[in-house]
Amino acid sequence: MNSFLLIFSLAWRNLWRNKRRTLVILLAIVLGVWAMIVTAAFMRGMIFQMLEDTVDNLAGHVQIHHSQYLDDPVINNSFDPDSHTISRITHDPRVLMWSDRIRLPAVVLSERETTGITMLGVNPARESKISFIGKSVVEGRFLNSSSDTGIVIGQALADKLETRLGKRIVLMSQDINNEIADRGFRIVGIYDAPLDPTEKAFVFVGKETAAKMVGLKGAISEIVLRLHDTDMVTPLVTEMDQLDHTIDVMSWLEVEPYLELMIQMMDTSMFIWYLIVFLAMAFGIINTLLMAVFERTREFGLFQALGQKPRFILFQVWLEAILMIIVGLLAGNFLSWISVMATGDGIDVSVFARGMEMINMSNIIPFVITFNDLMIANITVAVLGMLTGLYPAWRASRLVPADAITRI
Amino acid sequence: MNHVVQCEKVTKIFEQGLIKVNALTDVDLAIEKAEFICLSGPSGSGKSTLLNMIGGLDTPTSGEVYIDGEEIDELNKSELADLRLHKIGFVFQAYNLIPVLSAQENIEMVMQMQGVSKKERNEKSSAILEEVGLQGMEKRIPPELSGGQQQRVAVARAIVSRPSLVLADEPTANLDSVTANKLIDLMLQMNEIHKTTFIISTHDPMIMQRSKKLVKLHDGRIIDIT
Repeated sequence: MNSFLLIFSLAWRNLWRNKRRTLVILLAIVLGVWAMIVTAAFMRGMIFQMLEDTVDNLAGHVQIHHSQYLDDPVINNSFDPDSHTISRITHDPRVLMWSDRIRLPAVVLSERETTGITMLGVNPARESKISFIGKSVVEGRFLNSSSDTGIVIGQALADKLETRLGKRIVLMSQDINNEIADRGFRIVGIYDAPLDPTEKAFVFVGKETAAKMVGLKGAISEIVLRLHDTDMVTPLVTEMDQLDHTIDVMSWLEVEPYLELMIQMMDTSMFIWYLIVFLAMAFGIINTLLMAVFERTREFGLFQALGQKPRFILFQVWLEAILMIIVGLLAGNFLSWISVMATGDGIDVSVFARGMEMINMSNIIPFVITFNDLMIANITVAVLGMLTGLYPAWRASRLVPADAITRI
Repeated sequence: MNHVVQCEKVTKIFEQGLIKVNALTDVDLAIEKAEFICLSGPSGSGKSTLLNMIGGLDTPTSGEVYIDGEEIDELNKSELADLRLHKIGFVFQAYNLIPVLSAQENIEMVMQMQGVSKKERNEKSSAILEEVGLQGMEKRIPPELSGGQQQRVAVARAIVSRPSLVLADEPTANLDSVTANKLIDLMLQMNEIHKTTFIISTHDPMIMQRSKKLVKLHDGRIIDIT
């Protein structure tokens, strides 16, 4: 204990012996740690925003379909929402809210244009809570009930069809007898979604109205669930997917597989970024400690002459590196925290917003610091920094006392 | 064997490229407890090399060195460090003190490495600082002390834990004559009071005159012991 206190005291005082040099390398560590954490927070924020937008954008956390629906999304591949299995899933305590839909590919015709869309027959009360539509109607109104005969379309689709609020449009799809089914709808609302492609792709009608149009009796195409926490998604899906082989219970990652790919890609990029920042830092640490060892060669010789064992000399120099890293990490984390707090709700990247929409993202990116990212950044710097400090420390411990004492 | 130090046929050859330099050749020397010995000789005669061999700071090319009957060639680095920690005190010509520690901390450092309690360290360091005439300067760091005061602290550190042997390599080389004289007085006094063995290498005629035994070296050999 005595020796440790001595070594600690020597390491701490020696660290501040050349204040300017120590402060320069500390600044490098602090900036490195700051760059790691803030970049991670930005990238994590992008992922977070992407997930939020995806979940808001009709996907939810979990989707339930007929087992053939994703291969062939026709009206016949529907299922009974009142079955025991569905009831068990929707009443699971992990489920925050849910919405049932009739979801069909359709063609929309206006007076001037025709285009392919996806028709969503929804229960307006449930749907407005679970997806973006509840707060996105900018003209007119949303649907009043499942039997509402109106239609709500996106602003971009309205522009494309050269139509507007109050006009009639016709939807054509396939009914349960594989015949063409069509119906005229009056536009009662126009919505403005975070992403243009969504506005062009989806129209909302009442669920019962849609069912009448295609001849469905009580069946639906999908149920979307939102859970209390994203960590609950995989356990719930694993558990529920085995209940009934005629339905598929899928997580948002299965529904939108490119998102998982992007998350993995961002995680890898972050780790590479950490290594690049650390490499720059490592040269500074090694250089500073080697200079310190070189300048104090005689001192290390004296320590050995007085009876200090080589391993204590190694530990003393190593402890200097460790202390420098600890101080750098503390200051770096504090600076990162201040920086993230200063950004508030996030930063506006609307200049790139069109490009961002391609990957399902809106234009405000929040900074999100996660415990895991903090740990990875701190552990990377701490572990690699300590390994880096070992080399100069080893050099100091290998000095021959008789040579070291006479070194000029 | 009752000698504190015994050297038997100690030879040290330094190799500088293809050139071999005999720093010591077949040196035999036996030193008893409480002796105050001076190693003298011109530069390159082997004084410092012999002190390094005795202190275990370097190893002989051939021959044996015994400290308190223990052959130090047989010891590994860690055991040598232990030997120096418990049995040998060192005083060097310069750069003797650790600049980031105060005078008192420099003196207590060896005891701290030995595991001596804080209370005992404080008592011993305060007492020795008074003995070497540096009371009131406990908290000063080396740059705040004169050369003579620094050497006094070095002597205090060398003897505070009562080693059987103190090795001093040109301890007065950087001091003026008055200060050098005072330092020798101090070392003689420590030798008398604590019965510590002192081996001092020097060019200084004044130290040679005042030593109790004079060992003269020339070209790596002992040529006279008086």
